[in-house]
Amino acid sequence: MSNPKFKYAPISVFLFPFYNLACGILLCTDGDDSLYPIAVLIDELRNEDVQLRLNSIKKLSTIALALGVERTRTELLPFLTDTIYDEDEVLLALAEQLGNFTMLVGGPEYVHCLLPPLESLATVEETVVRDKAVESLRKISQEHSPVDLEVHFEPLVKRLASGDWFTSRTSACGLFSVCYPRVSSTVKAEIRQHFRTLCSDDTPMVRRAAASKLGEFAKVLELDYVKSDIISLFTALASDEQDSVRLLAVEACVSIATLLPQEDLETLVMPTLRQAAEDKSWRVRYMVADKFSELQKAVGPEITKNDLVPAFQNLLKDCEAEVRAAAANKVKEFCENLPEDSRETIIMTHILPCVKELVSDTNQHVKSALASVIMGLSTILGKDNTVEHLLPLFLAQLKDECPEVRLNIISNLDCVNEVIGIRQLSQSLLPAIVELAEDAKWRVRLAIIEYMPLLAGQLGVEFFDEKLNTLCMAWLIDHVYAIREAATCNLMKLVEKFGAEWAQNTIVPKVLGMANDPNYLHRMTTLFCINSLSEACGQEITTKQMLPVVLKMSNDQVANVRFNVAKSLQKIGPVLDSSALQTEVKPVLEKLATDTDMDVKYFAQEAISGEFSSINVLTE
Amino acid sequence: MSIIATATEKVDGFTRKSMRKAQKQKKSQGSSQFRTQALTELSPLPQLKDAPSTEQQELFSQKLQQCCMLFDFMDSVTDLKSKEIKRATLNELVDYVSTNRGVLVETAYPEISNMICTNIFRTLPPSDNPDFDPEEDEPTLEASWPHIQLVYEFLLRFLENPDFQPSIAKRYIDQKFVLQLLELFDSEDPRERDFLKTVLHRIYGKFLGLRAFIRKQINNIFLRFIYETDHFNGVAELLEILGSIINGFALPLKAEHKQFLMKVLVPMHTAKGLALFHAQLAYCVVQFLEKDPILTEPVIRGLLKFWPKTCSQKEVMYLGEIEEILDVIEPTQFKKIQEPLFKQISRCVANPHFQVAERALYFWNNEYILSLIEENIDKVLPIMFGSLYRISKEHWNPTIVALVYNVLKTLMEMNSTLFDELTASYKSDRQRVEVEASCYGDASLRQDLGNWSGLGEG
Repeated sequence: MSNPKFKYAPISVFLFPFYNLACGILLCTDGDDSLYPIAVLIDELRNEDVQLRLNSIKKLSTIALALGVERTRTELLPFLTDTIYDEDEVLLALAEQLGNFTMLVGGPEYVHCLLPPLESLATVEETVVRDKAVESLRKISQEHSPVDLEVHFEPLVKRLASGDWFTSRTSACGLFSVCYPRVSSTVKAEIRQHFRTLCSDDTPMVRRAAASKLGEFAKVLELDYVKSDIISLFTALASDEQDSVRLLAVEACVSIATLLPQEDLETLVMPTLRQAAEDKSWRVRYMVADKFSELQKAVGPEITKNDLVPAFQNLLKDCEAEVRAAAANKVKEFCENLPEDSRETIIMTHILPCVKELVSDTNQHVKSALASVIMGLSTILGKDNTVEHLLPLFLAQLKDECPEVRLNIISNLDCVNEVIGIRQLSQSLLPAIVELAEDAKWRVRLAIIEYMPLLAGQLGVEFFDEKLNTLCMAWLIDHVYAIREAATCNLMKLVEKFGAEWAQNTIVPKVLGMANDPNYLHRMTTLFCINSLSEACGQEITTKQMLPVVLKMSNDQVANVRFNVAKSLQKIGPVLDSSALQTEVKPVLEKLATDTDMDVKYFAQEAISGEFSSINVLTE
Repeated sequence: MSIIATATEKVDGFTRKSMRKAQKQKKSQGSSQFRTQALTELSPLPQLKDAPSTEQQELFSQKLQQCCMLFDFMDSVTDLKSKEIKRATLNELVDYVSTNRGVLVETAYPEISNMICTNIFRTLPPSDNPDFDPEEDEPTLEASWPHIQLVYEFLLRFLENPDFQPSIAKRYIDQKFVLQLLELFDSEDPRERDFLKTVLHRIYGKFLGLRAFIRKQINNIFLRFIYETDHFNGVAELLEILGSIINGFALPLKAEHKQFLMKVLVPMHTAKGLALFHAQLAYCVVQFLEKDPILTEPVIRGLLKFWPKTCSQKEVMYLGEIEEILDVIEPTQFKKIQEPLFKQISRCVANPHFQVAERALYFWNNEYILSLIEENIDKVLPIMFGSLYRISKEHWNPTIVALVYNVLKTLMEMNSTLFDELTASYKSDRQRVEVEASCYGDASLRQDLGNWSGLGEG
């Protein structure tokens, strides 16, 4: 402990037995203390405390940098490979680190040194660790030269693919696609064979992993092999006995269909897709519904017209609500992507009747999924159709018993506004808004408040004053703080929209009136409103109307109000001119700074130092 | 399974209560059957017992076919007559196979199997409550239970019939049958899982050729549960069956079985819903250890690796399981594991959650554990001493302090010389660290002091 710099840091070095690596560092660097912290880090890789091991692993690149490329390769990596039995948290950090280690082992030439520890990590049970190891392996595969890829990387993939325990085989599934494009044709054939084997593995976990990588693997294969190999695997996985495997094949279907020429789709893909859309498991049908837009794009307009339209109708009428909801979510996208020449006819004759039924579905999730997209149809169908066919549906949904459905309609009003103008809806809109504004659940109230500025913009100031202003003011005295807070913020946005003059006539008097409310929470709301309104209202209104009220409130009997006065004064300070600050604000703050209440004093002092320190400089 | 991310939750975090209320009104749900057949009204057939024996077989087969008709139980007003006919027929069939001899002729097997498969094998519907918490929420019951129950009943009577011939039945009760049966264990309806448990147990008993397959598929379900979905309703039931399967394992244990213990049962302790099946799980583990004591060390090391870090409720369960294991441990195995184990126990004893501390301290009420500790007092006492000594002075809960005093007394009686030495060195160490900390005023040393007082917490 000769060097005072390290007086305490290396305690653990002395408490725990050295092992050769740390020891080696110390021996070879005697006289050079700069590696001392590194020795500690290395030592902590074996500490009993997980947190210390974890910290140390996270600094692994520092250790490697200090050791140099050669010792990293010959000592650090073998050591890490040995200690793979550890807490999953440590392993996860290790797996991540090793993905960025290429330069630290000496560049692409030596990158294969990283394979042994990552190989072990790719076989552990914990999914997150394994996935991270695979991610790192995929990353460093790019840094391998084609030769190294065949000599080092591909054998690793093969070992994993034929491992005893399912974990290594699942990991292998993610590695085929990264090495396939860069190896010789013999090796390619082997890789295809391994992938085939894993697709029919008897462990469902492995089949799931293979199915989820099928699309990705298909993308790197030559088209002939896609047709000969991938299609048969796809068909087999899509009729697997486990629905968890079958549903993953649906995902692959998108990539595969994109790769194939149009004329092959009918024979190679469609039979499987049709079968999936009518699968006996709702999970598979749900997946089809969920991927419907992607599928639609992948198979092209002709097949869409002939096959997907009826399939979509069936999904919208499915016996499971989850499936219907997933399909309802896709209504707009599906209609948008229909071929233009027949779009309107298809929508009017095939889709709209199903949509009409969904409006009165028994399940609220289905209805609310529909409500979130249905407004989008108006832009596709144009004004007349919207008025005739969609408007009744919007109106029905605005009266839905479930608040979420109404909210979803209101939140998408802008789409309709562009097509037919919002006034068409105002008769039904208003009762819906009022009801939501008074909903028993505060989060519903909160959600509708957030749409107020948008609605105000679309409905115009007159309509607003007449119908909605009272609501906005009522929220200010809501019994939930979050609503009062949102209401003040809403007022600010309204003022930004309608201007200071409007504010002066409609809101400011009411807000200031609350300063005399017997309830101190309402009095505080006045202050909060002033905080957010002052800037939008400008100097004149703030100085002439708001400031006197704030100053008067400094005599409030409730301390919370008083210290909020101090906070408000600080907040509106920048809007006021300096003479008002000096003559009116400063004395009040100084008085508050001598208040009996500790918090009032504190915030008054805060305000003084926050506001006047800079101003003093200016005036002096 | 939260497939629809309920937008209601985005809007209001407090809707769950109201959703639950709604749930209580509507607790049952239909099975997700993709109906293709058109419903035709059933007409009653004559009673089997009234038919002449020459026609009984034919009538039996007709009745089986009649029972293949499925009904929508979510709609409680339609097909009432047909539903009643099917119910009565199923009852009659149950009665027929359980009381009569010689009815299970070879030609009946495919029809029986067909009737059973059509009725019970179905994709389970999505859960009504996406964040179904089995400990808190009422399960959703199967709407068509009035029929399904009788089909299960029939299946059991069929399997238990003295004339039942596995050699014929294995053509129908095959791997695919078992696979579908196992998937049904995810049913939210506890009544159904209970039937399934008995059925699977009978099948495992009667079909030797399916045993390995059943074990392997259970293995897969568990792995999926642990590493992929974290959700499966029938874990407890499957473990219960496994308990009796493990009981019958021949010695020496096959590698496959050991792997199952280490790679499935031990990691299963990490599951979120451990409380739902811990009793069954611990039973399986102890069964294994009783079969092959050599496995004790790796199992305990596994439990220590997965020891809960923040969930006190789970920690109490782990401690319970450790005690069950210690109850059957061999002294030689105890020696191998005592150090890491007692380091953990010492941490538990010092746990501020009194139930954890209390559960750990109860070990000292166990005669067998006491004898093991006494034999190894020179190893155990130094590990436990710091925690116990400190807790006796500091724990907030008087019950714990009282228990600790008793434990300290017991330990002192086991080896008073060692106890005195430890007391002396504990005090002097503490003093030394305090002095050093005050001299240097250094953070790292104060940290060190902290570690001292939390001895064993590192």
